[in-house]
Amino acid sequence: MTASVETRRVSALRRMRRGHAPGEGRVGSIIVLVLVTVLVMVPFAWVVSLSFTPQSEAFGSVSLFPANPTLENYASAFFDADLARALLNSAVVGLVTVATNCILAVLAGYAFAMLPFPGNKALFYTLISTAAIPISVTLIPLFLMARGIPLVGGNDILGQGGSGLLDTLAGVILPYIVMPMNIFLARQFFTSAPLELGEAARMDGAGELRIFFSVYLPLAKPLIAVVAIFSFTGVWDDFLWPLVVTSSQEVQTVQLALARFLGSGNVQYGPLMAGTVIATVPVLIVFLFNQRSFISGLSDGGVKG
Amino acid sequence: MTSTTIAPVAASSAPAGATPPPPPRRRRRWSRSAIFGLVFVLPAALYIVVFQLVPVIYGLVLSFTTYSPLSRSGPEFTGVDNYAELLGDADFGNALLVTGRYVLQVLPITVVLALGLALLVNRPFKGVGLFRSALYVPHIVSLTAVSMVWLWMYSQTGLFNEVLGFFGAPAQSWLLDSDSALNAVSAMRIWKALGSNMVLLLAGLQSIPRDLYEAARVDGAGRWATFRYVTLPGLRPMLVYVVAMDIIYLAQGFAEIYVLTQGGPLASTTTVNYLIYTEAFQYNQMGSASAMAFVLFALIIGFSVLAVRGVMGRQK
Repeated sequence: MTASVETRRVSALRRMRRGHAPGEGRVGSIIVLVLVTVLVMVPFAWVVSLSFTPQSEAFGSVSLFPANPTLENYASAFFDADLARALLNSAVVGLVTVATNCILAVLAGYAFAMLPFPGNKALFYTLISTAAIPISVTLIPLFLMARGIPLVGGNDILGQGGSGLLDTLAGVILPYIVMPMNIFLARQFFTSAPLELGEAARMDGAGELRIFFSVYLPLAKPLIAVVAIFSFTGVWDDFLWPLVVTSSQEVQTVQLALARFLGSGNVQYGPLMAGTVIATVPVLIVFLFNQRSFISGLSDGGVKG
Repeated sequence: MTSTTIAPVAASSAPAGATPPPPPRRRRRWSRSAIFGLVFVLPAALYIVVFQLVPVIYGLVLSFTTYSPLSRSGPEFTGVDNYAELLGDADFGNALLVTGRYVLQVLPITVVLALGLALLVNRPFKGVGLFRSALYVPHIVSLTAVSMVWLWMYSQTGLFNEVLGFFGAPAQSWLLDSDSALNAVSAMRIWKALGSNMVLLLAGLQSIPRDLYEAARVDGAGRWATFRYVTLPGLRPMLVYVVAMDIIYLAQGFAEIYVLTQGGPLASTTTVNYLIYTEAFQYNQMGSASAMAFVLFALIIGFSVLAVRGVMGRQK
């Protein structure tokens, strides 16, 4: 009785609120949002514009719409800077990372959430805490470890003598194979998955592998999407590790190839901006197609952390 | 819960066998899933131990040695010499100041602006998703790429100088002047961090129960009072997260420095991370670079804890 009175009062309040809202400052806040959004987007508008501006017009004129739009910058970005090679390298590194994280990190997160074993919590928190280790701390040791991996790149069994994984794509991939953040996301996801499904399958005699692959994995599509996006963008965008571990152009990633445009004193902004657009498009496409899960995945991961 | 109801059915559907009593059976199942749990976790756990935890210990050991990767001999133990030297190292002191200033001038501005934007996009209206996504775009685009864009905007013939010229003001050499270079980098970073902070704070805002706002309204609380006593306390966990993450990321600034200024002019933008990079990979001083990394690590932890305390404590 009292409960129903209470809910009626609340819903009445809600109605009042709804009626109240549009009048107060909505127009003002939209104006502010439009202004801020325009300011935030301005740099991108000019990147695109500059990428279509011919070299001869690039200096002195800063109009948003080039008088004689051209594709020459894209052509020279691809051919002069070996950007295509770098794109391929980044794609390989990204895809391998996505695959290993979707398998290993998701499997681990699932086990942490669904398969209690002694030391589960302690191990989980130990692994997750590594996400807080600054890159600068692991950078030098990882470099030396990559160099000292036994039996590759001319190394002997003790990891001496050669260059190990330095200047190879495997070396670039090395730090990303399992990202702690993905284990965290996976555990959070499976913690809220229904236990009953697995129990029922267990009663029917299904093994743990089967329960994982045919009961829970199909449920985990949103999780897989978020893990894949995080892994891919993280690797695609990284700069410092590829800079340290590679030295030749054949194994450069996209971000390094971009930075190489800066190399010789006089920066050619046209091709540079074309390259920037090319390097940005894949991530932007991934984002636009997955906006919802991307933003909510990010915020959920944060909220419950 | 369901296991207890299903278990007898499962047992009765398997009449053959020695009819073992249920409790040990369940125990056996539990331990089997525990074994699988360990097997599932093992590859990822081993990997993280080897390539995340071992490097930390390795780095700590290196920080007590002198080591150049070019030398034939291995690391040479020198005790706390590296740390002692850092105490009087002017370059390192400068890098600490630059990093501190960078964090201190970017962090408050981004967080406050992002909170304002989060409040604006928290209300449901048509097209709100568009604003949320558009403001998030700088976060999506890599730091290297946006640094390239800002490099052009700051250049002699770039957007900023064109705008100044339009108003008849003289062109500035934003990144080439040691007084303005760090501010210029900071402006870029504020622009870049705005969207991700906004999205996180938005999620925080949405996790605050509606009833609290209605209760505040019933109690006659005004806008400011509602913000002060409902929104801010409810946002505290997310605010803590945002501030801590910002400190961790900002204190490790590298790509933007590498692209925009290469640490110059006159080391005015040489952050600790940039100094570590040059020390280790250009001068091959991996021991002292490791010591720098651990000092930075300690400072990041220390300041994150302080900031978290600050955000938590103020509302008590």
